[in-house]
Amino acid sequence: MGKTFVEKVFSKKMGRPIKTGEIVEVIPDIAMSHDNTAAISMIFREIGVDKVFNPDIHVIVLDHASPAPSEKYALNHKIVRAFVEKYGIKNFYDVNKGICHQVLSEEGFALPGKIIVGSDSHTTTYGAYGAFGTGIGRSEMAVIFATGIIWFKIPESMKITVKGKLPEGISAKDIILHIIGNIGSDGALYKSVEFCGDAITDLSIAGRMTIANMSIEMGAKNGFIAPDKKTLSRLEPRAKTDFEIIRADPDAEYAGELEFDINNLEPQIACPHTVDNVAPVSAVNRKKINQAFLGSCVNGRLEDIETAASMIRGKKVNKNVRFLVFPASMKVWQEAMAKGYLATLIEAGAIVMNPGCGPCLGAHEGTLAPGEVCISSSNRNFKGRMGSREAEIYLASPASVTAAAIAGKLVDFREI
Amino acid sequence: MVKGKVWKYGDDINTDVIFPGKYTYTIHDPNEMAQHALEDLDPGFATAVRKDDIIVAGKNFGCGSSREQAATCLKFAKVRAVIAKSFSRLYFRNGINTGLALIQSPEAVDAIENGEEIEIDFDRGILYCKAGTFNFPPLPEFVLGIIEDGGLIAHVKKKIAQAK
Ligand code: SF4
Repeated sequence: MGKTFVEKVFSKKMGRPIKTGEIVEVIPDIAMSHDNTAAISMIFREIGVDKVFNPDIHVIVLDHASPAPSEKYALNHKIVRAFVEKYGIKNFYDVNKGICHQVLSEEGFALPGKIIVGSDSHTTTYGAYGAFGTGIGRSEMAVIFATGIIWFKIPESMKITVKGKLPEGISAKDIILHIIGNIGSDGALYKSVEFCGDAITDLSIAGRMTIANMSIEMGAKNGFIAPDKKTLSRLEPRAKTDFEIIRADPDAEYAGELEFDINNLEPQIACPHTVDNVAPVSAVNRKKINQAFLGSCVNGRLEDIETAASMIRGKKVNKNVRFLVFPASMKVWQEAMAKGYLATLIEAGAIVMNPGCGPCLGAHEGTLAPGEVCISSSNRNFKGRMGSREAEIYLASPASVTAAAIAGKLVDFREI
Repeated sequence: MVKGKVWKYGDDINTDVIFPGKYTYTIHDPNEMAQHALEDLDPGFATAVRKDDIIVAGKNFGCGSSREQAATCLKFAKVRAVIAKSFSRLYFRNGINTGLALIQSPEAVDAIENGEEIEIDFDRGILYCKAGTFNFPPLPEFVLGIIEDGGLIAHVKKKIAQAK
């Protein structure tokens, strides 16, 4: 009998056949941490070793509250910079670079067959490149700094096949919201999810990142998309190291198999206050909004900004709406500027911000007041996530976010 | 054997309502974390919770972020255990690593009522409530080793000391 993707990745790492359910201890290929490196460094100190086990597997990006919005955050960043300096961590990206998951992709750390851990739940994003990417806690990251080692239980695998051709303007975000709405926030709890089907292979790498990113929102340990020509042509100029493509055997055994047909998919929206509370936009049509947020590690890439710019060209942001645009990285920012997208957005009344997480986790740059309604291209709409616990967050695609920014209310973007 | 009062909540209690994201990079003191425990779910909880109280919740407890403070804040609020129908994998790991007892028992969750006093026998894996007695499954040996040492950091320190 064949092996699933996770079984094969860990078999290769351990140098012996590994099966679902086994507990293994491994040294990850890449360990990513962000602003939380300050807290991690304090736990590291408590462990009491005098050097980092292997500085070269670590990548640190300051993105969550950058540039620092307050003295406390500034101190946090200062602690991280001192830690990086002291322990010789070369792969450090300061506040001018972008969101961690975007930066690791652009800098060529996200590669097929690699085991990548991050002290961030959306580390699942790297599955878009055929890596095993999963989130871990702060203490676990501190232990990797000290000893290099992390334990895993090899999860069961689940196969999700997405078939069909996406209708005009419907995007990867609509696909993943549709799936999460169907199977629920625990529909893939603890599982390694392998996405396949022609609708997935048709997606750009950016679209695949959106899918893999949000696999955590259905409880998955990781999300995986098999690398193909598109992946390789993207990786060729940027891969930091050699890599080997690993994919499941054709006769691998899955704990569950699901199939979705997206031929007639409508724009999807996740309503407050859970990601699986999904409906077609038509069901919440005409609800007034105060803020529209385009950005985050889910949908802050060049094609997302291009969508927004092409929709808003010659139109205006509604006078009752703050339309905040956060390119996911400085590289995206520069490209969007060179192509004129940012000028178009600013002309229409949008506010183009610095690369970073922005208001996604409610720390700064666009937090919500009680009673306010926000449509967001991000991945979480939990109560209090973007500020007040009395605010409402709706999650949708960049096209839906832009349409709402223009209309001042939730609308089907095909009406704009 | 421990005895505690139950605080019962629903399904999908996420890390943002257990410990708000806005504090994740500014609060480092675990006792201060405890003051914000469940702030966006039940604002009265942090001041009213007593030592050895027990949280009972539905499926997928702790879904969302990887933030460990969502486990730490409950531990330092002196919550003795969380009993849920299921846990998110990140929360489960963080619970083990911080030494917060997590019990998975869908049957017990359905039976236990908000506000009642229940008893837990961790050694034998038995839980006593008004509606009856429930067994819960033991954890894998590897994981028990971490908990017995008092969490991941203590476990690793012990291993490093042994290696020397
Ligand atoms: S953009 Fe939002 S979800 Fe993504 S890493 Fe930043 S805070 Fe997390």
